[in-house]
Amino acid sequence: MNAQKLDRPDATGRFGDFGGRFAPETLMSALDELEKAFIDAWDDVGFRAELDRWLTEYVGRPTPLHAAPRLSEELGVEVLLKREDLAHTGAHKINNAIGQVLLARRMGKERIIAETGAGQHGVATATAAAALGLECHVYMGEVDIQRQALNVARMRLLGTEVVPVTSGAGTLKDAVNEAMREWVRTVETTHYVIGSVVGPHPFPWIVRQFQRVIGDECLSQLGERRPDVVVACVGGGSNAMGIFYPFAGTGAELVGVEAAGEGIGTGRHGASLGAGTPGILHGARTYMLQDEDGQVEEAHSVSAGLDYPGVGPEHAYFLEAGLARYVSVTDAEALEGVALLARTEGIIPALESAHAVAWVAKARDELAGRTVLINLSGRGDKDMGTIIEWMEGRL
Amino acid sequence: MIRSMFGPDHKVLLPYMTAGLPNEEVSPDLFAAMADAGADGFEIGIPYSDPLMDGPVIQKASQEALEAGIDVDAALRVVEKVAHRTGLPCLAMTYANVVFRIGLEAFCARLASAGAQGVIVPDLPVEEAEPVLGAAAASGLGVVLFVAPTTGEDRIRAVAARDPAFIYGVAELGVTGEREKSSGRAVELSRRVRAVTDIPLVLGVGISTPEQAAEAARVADGVIVGSALVRRVLEAASPENAAKSLNEAVRDLRAAL
Ligand SMILES: Cc1ncc(COP(=O)(O)O)c(C=O)c1O
Repeated sequence: MNAQKLDRPDATGRFGDFGGRFAPETLMSALDELEKAFIDAWDDVGFRAELDRWLTEYVGRPTPLHAAPRLSEELGVEVLLKREDLAHTGAHKINNAIGQVLLARRMGKERIIAETGAGQHGVATATAAAALGLECHVYMGEVDIQRQALNVARMRLLGTEVVPVTSGAGTLKDAVNEAMREWVRTVETTHYVIGSVVGPHPFPWIVRQFQRVIGDECLSQLGERRPDVVVACVGGGSNAMGIFYPFAGTGAELVGVEAAGEGIGTGRHGASLGAGTPGILHGARTYMLQDEDGQVEEAHSVSAGLDYPGVGPEHAYFLEAGLARYVSVTDAEALEGVALLARTEGIIPALESAHAVAWVAKARDELAGRTVLINLSGRGDKDMGTIIEWMEGRL
Repeated sequence: MIRSMFGPDHKVLLPYMTAGLPNEEVSPDLFAAMADAGADGFEIGIPYSDPLMDGPVIQKASQEALEAGIDVDAALRVVEKVAHRTGLPCLAMTYANVVFRIGLEAFCARLASAGAQGVIVPDLPVEEAEPVLGAAAASGLGVVLFVAPTTGEDRIRAVAARDPAFIYGVAELGVTGEREKSSGRAVELSRRVRAVTDIPLVLGVGISTPEQAAEAARVADGVIVGSALVRRVLEAASPENAAKSLNEAVRDLRAAL
């Protein structure tokens, strides 16, 4: 197939067959208003200059592009790392959070809500809300509150109220459900800062536009050079789309790495593109994990940020259009990826990002002699508890 | 038959209840108890894993029903028994993913053969409703479309233009669940709907007490009461108690209308 990437979704909010707006009626006017406000802001040089200023002076962009010499030597693959782990708060999530909170303030909203899985999006949103002076509430699954205690403390310190979500499995999917329910209640005064390229239109498009700075920066940092392969982990898919989108059509092969959890065959994984089917989750038509009746199945991953049974609709489009391919690595492989990057480059990646590293290690024979750009979406401090358990053989 | 529930001097009372609660066998008895108490029809919930428009009570009901093995087939067996036993219009309520996953034609055909009269999908806005309206019409089912206090005039017109079985007016911002006091937003919503169309308007979300039902019915053709009834079933010590409690609650609601 030789389909092209799309500038923006069509009038129904779709990328090809995916996306749309399957949302409660109460939210529909807010989604319209958000779309208009975003188009207006994105076309406004004043808004773009303000966003750039925040990204430069506050987030610390551009993030470095690091040629990883010892990892490259060990794998026999030339590896470049896009260091999103060095962005303020430790992950790419801040790019979107700053963008959306600036947009919310421009729209006159007083209050911000967000969901979080790993806590990185929650921390990023809490940070942006603190810096821009908005009230913030973050919905987080009970299980994630336990396994990401550090980030919970950070959010609270930043003045955000962390609201525990007990429904379902108490992970990211349930946190999104609860944040959406809260938005249905408070939509007139509140903006929902969704944390990935998911949700009803226009969210997937807005988040992609705020995250594409990752790939755009890489292109200018590379000058005339082009990587052969661009690799990123895929939970909801925002760091991946942020780097894929500018590279789509440049000839680079795009590889998204999903969570294989305990193994695709065990059914305990988060590979919605690799092992899911098309359906409607969180307001958009996309690939998802579900049974014959359309009941949503629980995802599983050692990394909270990839523990999600859906994926952004633009990735579903990229898959079907042949613009990217999607692979997966297991929990165990991802933890090996953490150790590998720590040992060879002195960088402890987030468990999510370690999936991308681990796939490159696993596919080293196929990749030999090629240049591979990995989006290192975040740093691993938040995961030290899990990593310690693994080091001590308790995982 | 959905439209024939409505009349100039009759306010329609539509209880919502999750199918298969507390189990498949007892569930139809609960609907029958509400029919005896003066319900005009039912909104029967097909349990869904991720009910985005539902508050804690209906979430819990949905989860318990799923855990008790109430899949779509089981829910439709309940619908069939309720339709047969009560002779009242049954509208199946579930979420878009269930409908699309099973397939629009197949889903509507299964509903129709179970004796349902219509379908209510709270995450199906009018923009996405066309294919569902087509499949439902082909099976002789009515579709209910939504308006909310945040809905603008253009959208109300778009909803009316699809000629839904009735218009579901979301009476309160937020998801289903009991509210201590009504916000009064439904009054203005109803006025805006009435300015555009005569299609029956039924208010739901946040209507739980007889007083709230009476207040809502003053500006609408009917009311849907959900969480307050579902809670009685979740809290009941036995199926007999649940049936009795529902019968009393629906009787009180009926009397207030
Ligand atoms: C460091 C990091 N990478 C990746 C993800 C996954 O999200 P996405 O697929 O939207 O980039 C998360 C989510 O929490 C994260 O914290």
